[in-house]
Amino acid sequence: MTAAALRILSPGLSTTVQDLGRHGFQRLGVAVGGALDPISLRAANILVGNPIDAGALEALYVGPSFVIEADDARLSFVGAEAEIEILADADAQSGETISSMRSVRVRRGQVVRVGSLKNGAILYIAVEGGFAIDPTLGSVSTDSRGKMGGWQGRVLAPGDVLPLRAGAAADRDEYRLEGLALAPLHQIRAICGPQSDYFSQTEIERFFAGKYTVSAGSNRMGMRLEGSPIRHSRGFNIVSDAIATGSVQVPGSGQPIVLLADHQTTGGYPKIATVISADLPAVGRLPIGSKLSFAAVTLEEAAAARRKFAADLENIRDKMVPISPAKALVAARLLECNLISGVYDAAA
Amino acid sequence: MLEYRVLPAGDTALVVEFGDRIDRELNAAVLALARGLDAARIPGIVETVPTFRSLMVHYEPLVLSASALIARIDAQMRTLTASASMGHTWHLPVCYDQSLAIDLDEVARRTSLSPQQIVERHSAPIYHVYMLGFLPGQAYMGEVAAELSLDRLETPRTRIPAGSLAIAAAMSCVFPLETPCGWHVIGRCPVPLWDHGRATALLAPGDKVRFVPVSVAEYERLATGVLQGALRLEPVTEIVGAAA
Repeated sequence: MTAAALRILSPGLSTTVQDLGRHGFQRLGVAVGGALDPISLRAANILVGNPIDAGALEALYVGPSFVIEADDARLSFVGAEAEIEILADADAQSGETISSMRSVRVRRGQVVRVGSLKNGAILYIAVEGGFAIDPTLGSVSTDSRGKMGGWQGRVLAPGDVLPLRAGAAADRDEYRLEGLALAPLHQIRAICGPQSDYFSQTEIERFFAGKYTVSAGSNRMGMRLEGSPIRHSRGFNIVSDAIATGSVQVPGSGQPIVLLADHQTTGGYPKIATVISADLPAVGRLPIGSKLSFAAVTLEEAAAARRKFAADLENIRDKMVPISPAKALVAARLLECNLISGVYDAAA
Repeated sequence: MLEYRVLPAGDTALVVEFGDRIDRELNAAVLALARGLDAARIPGIVETVPTFRSLMVHYEPLVLSASALIARIDAQMRTLTASASMGHTWHLPVCYDQSLAIDLDEVARRTSLSPQQIVERHSAPIYHVYMLGFLPGQAYMGEVAAELSLDRLETPRTRIPAGSLAIAAAMSCVFPLETPCGWHVIGRCPVPLWDHGRATALLAPGDKVRFVPVSVAEYERLATGVLQGALRLEPVTEIVGAAA
């Protein structure tokens, strides 16, 4: 009997293990990393009953295919729309197709094949119990530049065997998420600075009035934008300083780059503005080709947005709806009998 | 009191900036403020990141507002003593042989110095570790002699080997991991600056470093020792400031 695992047949375009990041070591040059869209990661973990900060697979644009090597396993898929096929085995031509935003129980030998993502760049695939990967500096996030964390410090490759903590799925219902807002956001809120004094007032106004397109050079380190170039008033080199996730740096070309989870800890280009923390997950899930613009907000407005964001995270659990038709019918009858809904929730 | 200004970097980080140049006194102030804030264990401060001339403070605004944090920083600054660095001194072995120094000839051409003169000038100073950044454990060390000061390559290399010692402008770095790089590689250090197993950095901001030239044979011996786990570099015992 071998240990429970997922065996990767095809990794998709770029799939990594990510959690909520490696915090507290930037002074050593260690990137924070972690999920580009932490809302979807949390929701994926909640659907399979994991701690919200457990590591899951983060797939970009094209999802992976893998075989279940466990008695059975419960998976969840949260993020972009995707066609997810569950096949009897690796030779099967077709199987059952499900959509994302739900959990599903799969059996030994079955193959899960995730296709191209739609209306978003990212899909998280969580496994009940999580992956049996030892954390590095408190996190299982993959740091490809630092070659640490995740699965051997790199993106997944065909033939990788990712060990699972649970050898079988718990006996319970499947759930889907209803009303979790993951729609692409096209106006991104940002605070001026830290190096807005490297730009004239006219250029700062041009930045906030500008329409940008997410370009193909984007990756987990940074989202490269194309639009009307921003001119520097005092050159484009600064003495390297620390970088906050979401800072918008303007290199010599004048085309801004929004620095994302895997950004290096320090850099030498001026940062005209910084995306507020509440909008970072929505930025993370924007696919190449998306249009966006920036809106200037104050620190007070950003703090209010973060409070709302924290409350929204707490409410993800309330958006879970059971899938099983039989159980749903029972729930409806319980309600007809004027039983409080809490009875059903408690049983779930 | 030192001049400084506080700049927002979004809603969960701010920058305390002491100037806009690379300067040991400014760097000492950055490191002193980092020590002060870390020692004060202020609830809501998530982490501090010292760099050449500024300190980034990451915070949780729902615990500590930006204005409350700035008040704590102002209080620290009133009593800040940016004393001489408290760091260790290290002697780092480096092999400057052409076989491990892909850019040595080009640096010689551009500086009109012989490879031997480059080695002498590069290994003469006691370097100051200003900050770690870019890669885990990567220390920015200055200052490189003015004669060796060169702009970065126009086209960065797609990869240089782990341990590469490279220079650009006034800075020297040993790149702890294989990486793309636009600096001039003039040697290689067999001692890992980042310990993958223990996830620790050898050098810290404020440390002092002297590069000790070694032969290819000595490099190989040390590199083998590292691989076998038999070699672990300890800081030299000289007191910073008293170092020759």
